Amino acid sequence: MKITFDWLKDHLITNQKEDKLLDQLTKIGLEVERVEKSNANEDLFKVAKISKVEKHPNADRLKICDVDIGEKELRKVVCGAGNAKKGLITIYAPPGAVIPKTKTKLIIAKIRGVVSNGMLCSESELNISDESQGIAELLPTKYKNKIGENYFQLSKPSLIDLSITPNRPDCLGIRGIARDLAASGFGKIKNLRKKKIKLSEKHTLKVKIEKEKNQGCHIFGSYLISNVKNTVSPKWLKDKLLSVGQNPISAIVDITNFVMLDINRPLHAYDADKIEKGIIVRNSKSGEKFTALDNKEYRLESGMCVIADHKGVLGLGGIIGGTRSGTEFDTKNILLESAYFEPKSIRNTAKKLNLDTEAKFRFERGVDPLSIEEGLNRAARLIKEICGGDISRIDIQKTQPHKNKVIKFDINLFEKISGLKISNKKIFQILKDLGFKFKKGKKYLKLIVPPWRPDVLQQVDIVEELIRISGYDKIKTLDPIKERTKSTLNQSQRLFHFLQRSIASKGYLEAITWSFTDKKFNDYFKESINEVKIVNPISSELGVLRSSIFSNLIMYLNKNLDRGFKDLSIFEIGPIFTGHNPGQQNTVICGLSAGKKFRSSWIDEERNIDVFDIKKDVIQTLVEAGYNSNIFFIDNKTPGYYHPGKSGRLFLNQEKDKVAAYFGEIHPNILRDIDLKTESLVGFEIFLDNLKLSKKTLNDQKISFNVSDFQKSERDFAFIVSKDVKAQDLISAVSNVDKNLISNVKVFDVYEGENIPKNQKSLAINVTIQSYEKTLNESDLENINDLIIKTVESRTGAKIRS
Amino acid sequence: MSDLKKIKEEFTQKLREKLNLSEINEIKSNLFGKNGLISSQFKKIGSIHENEKKKFASDLNIVKIELQDLINNKIKKIQNLEINEKLEKEKIDITLPERSFVRGKIHPVSQTIDKISSIFSEIGFSVEEGPDVENEYNNFTALNTPDNHPARDMHDTFYLDEKKERLLRTHTSPVQIRTMLKDKPPFKIIAPGRTYRSDSDQTHSPMFHQVEGLHIDKDVNMGHLKGCLNYFIKEFFEVKKIKIRFRPSHFPFTEPSAEVDIGYEIKDGKIVIGEGDKWLEILGCGMVHPNVLKNVKVDLAKFQGYAFGIGIDRLAMLKYGINDLRAFFDCDYRWLNHFGFDPLDVPTNYRGLSR
Repeated sequence: MKITFDWLKDHLITNQKEDKLLDQLTKIGLEVERVEKSNANEDLFKVAKISKVEKHPNADRLKICDVDIGEKELRKVVCGAGNAKKGLITIYAPPGAVIPKTKTKLIIAKIRGVVSNGMLCSESELNISDESQGIAELLPTKYKNKIGENYFQLSKPSLIDLSITPNRPDCLGIRGIARDLAASGFGKIKNLRKKKIKLSEKHTLKVKIEKEKNQGCHIFGSYLISNVKNTVSPKWLKDKLLSVGQNPISAIVDITNFVMLDINRPLHAYDADKIEKGIIVRNSKSGEKFTALDNKEYRLESGMCVIADHKGVLGLGGIIGGTRSGTEFDTKNILLESAYFEPKSIRNTAKKLNLDTEAKFRFERGVDPLSIEEGLNRAARLIKEICGGDISRIDIQKTQPHKNKVIKFDINLFEKISGLKISNKKIFQILKDLGFKFKKGKKYLKLIVPPWRPDVLQQVDIVEELIRISGYDKIKTLDPIKERTKSTLNQSQRLFHFLQRSIASKGYLEAITWSFTDKKFNDYFKESINEVKIVNPISSELGVLRSSIFSNLIMYLNKNLDRGFKDLSIFEIGPIFTGHNPGQQNTVICGLSAGKKFRSSWIDEERNIDVFDIKKDVIQTLVEAGYNSNIFFIDNKTPGYYHPGKSGRLFLNQEKDKVAAYFGEIHPNILRDIDLKTESLVGFEIFLDNLKLSKKTLNDQKISFNVSDFQKSERDFAFIVSKDVKAQDLISAVSNVDKNLISNVKVFDVYEGENIPKNQKSLAINVTIQSYEKTLNESDLENINDLIIKTVESRTGAKIRS
Repeated sequence: MSDLKKIKEEFTQKLREKLNLSEINEIKSNLFGKNGLISSQFKKIGSIHENEKKKFASDLNIVKIELQDLINNKIKKIQNLEINEKLEKEKIDITLPERSFVRGKIHPVSQTIDKISSIFSEIGFSVEEGPDVENEYNNFTALNTPDNHPARDMHDTFYLDEKKERLLRTHTSPVQIRTMLKDKPPFKIIAPGRTYRSDSDQTHSPMFHQVEGLHIDKDVNMGHLKGCLNYFIKEFFEVKKIKIRFRPSHFPFTEPSAEVDIGYEIKDGKIVIGEGDKWLEILGCGMVHPNVLKNVKVDLAKFQGYAFGIGIDRLAMLKYGINDLRAFFDCDYRWLNHFGFDPLDVPTNYRGLSR
C-alpha cells in the first residue's frame, strides 16, 4: 500500500514530522517497507541561481547564463527563456539528465557556436505543471538557502510503501491508516464532510441479483449518471494519483481509483449505453467467454460471480471489468457500481483464472459492506464536478441484511495475555477511536465490531487491538528462569548429534542437500523403495523425494571433482523417504569418499581409498557411539548400487534383525553412467532408526573393571581354508574356544597363490591367551593350541599349515 | 705418604688423561678387580690394629668412592660423545611436511542448530521433532489457517498428491500441533528442522531451516515472550548491547502477533549487528491463537502461552557473514571448508557457544 503524508493529512490533523510518522506506522503494525523520495534521474535536477546573464553573440533571442549550483565552478548554460535574469532561482538539469516530459537525454551541446552545459527547465518540461512560458521561477523565500540541493527531494512528498498484513483490508485505504494513527495518539481524525448532492433523475437501468446457491454478491449499489463529458483529470487529481505511483487515465477511471485508494472502496464505471437492457448479477455458466480490460479473453467455469446484461457477461464482479462496457473519453452515460463481493468467491475465481487486480486484492481480504453508499456519493460528486452530468437516484439491491458482529469482551483478559496494565478509560478510548461501539456490562464489555474489520472475530482480537495501539514497547520484559526440568535432547537426538560429529571427525565435510532430487539420480539408489513424486516441483530435475542420500551426494561430489579436487570426503545426515505419508521417512547418515590416500606423498606410499578404509570409518563410528564391535555381524548382501564383491552389510549382532549400515565401493556402472571420474569411490549408509537405543546409559552398561596381571602369551596359526570361508567365522570360532582364556584374535596375513591349492587361501591369525587366575604353563598352552586347531578345522574345514 | 694417598694421586692423574673406553676399563680392573689395588687394601682391614682400623676403613671408602665417580663420569662422557656423534649423523630435514591429515567440518546450519538448542536448553526448553512430510491438517487447518488462506496456494506449498492432503511442511509449526496432541501441558519445546516452499531465487531456497518455539503454561504472557526472545537474541549474537524491536504483525496461528527486528549497521561493507540505525527482521512470534489451542484440546481456561518461528539459515548468514543463501546447499568443497566448523567445536554453555 503506497501512501504519502500529504494524502494522510486529508484525513488526519497532525503537526508531527515525517520521521515520527514512519516510526509510528511501524509501531502500530503498519510496517514501513520502503520510503522513496525521488528516483536517480530526478536527483540530478538541482535548485540553481542565475548569477550572470549575457547576450548570445550569434542569436538575438538566446542568452548565456552563469548558473550557480552550489559548487565552486559556475555552469555556462545557453537559455532562450524570456524570464531568465540575474538572481532568478530556477531548476538546472545537467548533461546526462533525462527531461521528464520529452524523455530526451541532455548532452553537452554547442548552440549557435556556444557550448551549453546543461539546461534550465520550465515547469512543464518537468511535468510539474502546464506552465511552459519561460523557466521555472522558484520562490526565493523558500529556496534561497537550498541552492545546489536536489529539487525533487525538496518538492516531492515521500512515497511511503507499507506492507499491510492480509488481516487489515481497512488499511488498504488512506482513511483506515489515518484512523489507526489517530487511535494511537498521532493526530486527530477529520470528519468527512457530507456534501449533499443533487439527485435529479430516475434510475432507469434495472439491476437484479439472482438468488442462486453460492452467489458471490449480496449488495449491488449504483448511480446512473447521464450526460457526462469524460476528460483528463484536473491537476490535483492527477498529482494525487501520481504521488502514489498510479498513472492517470481519464477523469472517470481516476475518480474511481481515487475513491478506492482513499477509503478502500472499489467501484466500477460502465458505459451505460453499452449495457443491454439491464444488469444481472449471477453465477457464470461453464464455457461463457468475455474479454476483460486487460485485453485478454477469459473462458469461465460455472459458478463464478459475473456482472452481466441480457447479451452476456460484462465483467467478473469485484475482479475485473470487460471491454464491451468500458468507459471511454466519448462516454456519455455511465453506470457507477459499488458492491459487496464474498472474499471466498473472489479468491476461488481469481485463482482459477490466475487473475490479480487491485479490486480482487481488496475484495478477497474483505471490503466494508457499509461503505457502498459513501463510495458512490463521493465518486458521483466528483464526476459531477469534473465531468458534469446528472445523477440519478441511488439504487441498492440487497439479498442479505447486514449483521453487526458482537463480541463479549472480558477486560481482564487484556492484562492476562499482554502482561500490561492500562486503565479502563484508556481501553475505552482506544476502542472508540478504532470505531468500536460498546456497552459496559458488569463483567463484560459488549462490543460492536466496526464493519470494516473482518479480522476481529473474538476476544483475543480485541486484546491484539489494544496492545497494538498501546505499543509493544510498553510491555515489561520478564527475564526467563534458568531452570531445566526435562533433558534437552532425547536419546535418539543425542545419537544423531554424536554420529554427526563422529563422522566429521574422520575427515568428512558435512553437506546439507535438498530433500528432493532428480528422478534420474534417485533411480540409481532407489532399490525397492516406492518413489515419492512432488506434484508441483520447482523443476523436473527436482521432482521426487530422495530414496537415498547418495543421489544428491554423488551429484555434488561429481561437481567438486569437476572443480579439480581429487580426494574428497563428504557426508550428510538427514531424511530419506519411503512413502508419501507423514512418518514414512528414515534418518540416515551417508558418506562418500573418493580418490586416493597419501596422494603424491614424499613419505607414504600412495594408494586408492578402499572398502576397508570406509569399513573402518563405519565401525569406529559405531564403536565410539557405544556399540560393541565384538558382536557385529557382517555379510555381503548389499543393495545393487554397491560393488557386489566389495561391499558389506552390518548388523549390530548375530540376530540380524535390522541393517545398521551398508558400506562398500559404489557400483562402477553408476560411475560410468553419470560420467564420474575418480580412482576409487567408496560410500556408506548408517541407518539411525535401526540402531538400538539401550535403556541403560553407557556408564551403566560397563561391567566392573576387571583385568588380569598374569602373563599373557601370543601364538600364531596359519590355516589353509576354502576361499569361501569368512575371516569373521574363523575369528568367531577361535574366540569361542574359551572366552575366559582367549582375549584377542587378530588376522595378520591373507595369502593366495603359490604353494596354496586352487580355490583355497591361507589365513594367518595371532591369538592372545591370558588367564584371570594363573600364569599358564606350557602344557596349558599346548592344550589350548590343540583345541583351537581342532575347533577351527572342524568348524571351517580348515587345515593347519605346517 | 700412605699407600692410599699414593693410589689416589696416581690414578686421579691417570684419569685426567685422554682415554678410550678400553683404557678406562683397564684402570677400573687395576683398581677394583679381584686383585686390584683398592680391593687389596680392603683385604688389609682385618690385619690393622683396632685403634687405626676405623680411620683406615673410612679413608679407604672415601678414596674408593672418589675414584669410582671419576671413572663413571669419564665413561658417561665418552658414551655421550659417541651417542651425540651417532645422532648427529641421523639428522633429518625437519621442515619436510608432516604426514597428511584431513579435517572434517560441521555445516554452519548444523552448528547454528546446536547453538540454538544450547541457548534454549539453559532456560528449560527441550527439543522436539516432526516429519518433513505432513498432512494438510497439521500444517494448515490445525494452525488456524483456513482453506482459502493465501499460504495454501500451489505457489508456496509442495504437494505430494493431487488432493493436496500430503505436503512438505512449509514451516516447523506442525510440530507444535504434534507435541500438544501427544502430551499434556505445560509445554516448553523448540523444534528445529527442514522446511520447504516452492520459492527459488537468489534469496529463497526451496528448502530452508526453521526452529519453532512453544511455551504453554499457566499465566505465560507477552512479557515472558519478550524476555525469552531477548535472552535468545543476546546469547546468540554474543553481544551485550543489541537493539531489539517487537513490532505488531499478523500470523493466523498467533494473536497478538509480532515480528522482531534487530538493529544493525553496515561497516566497511560488512553487516554489524547491535546498535546501528537500520532494522532487520529476524523472527515471527506471538501468543498462541485460542483456535489452535482448541484444536489440540488444551484447556483455554487454564493454559496460554507463546510460540515463535526463527529462520535458521538467516541467523547463520548474519552470524557468520555469509551472503548467499543458495550456497548453503550447493556443497562446494571450498565453501564447506571455509564456513564449516571443527567437529570438536561443540557449542556448550560452560565452554562457550563459539570460539
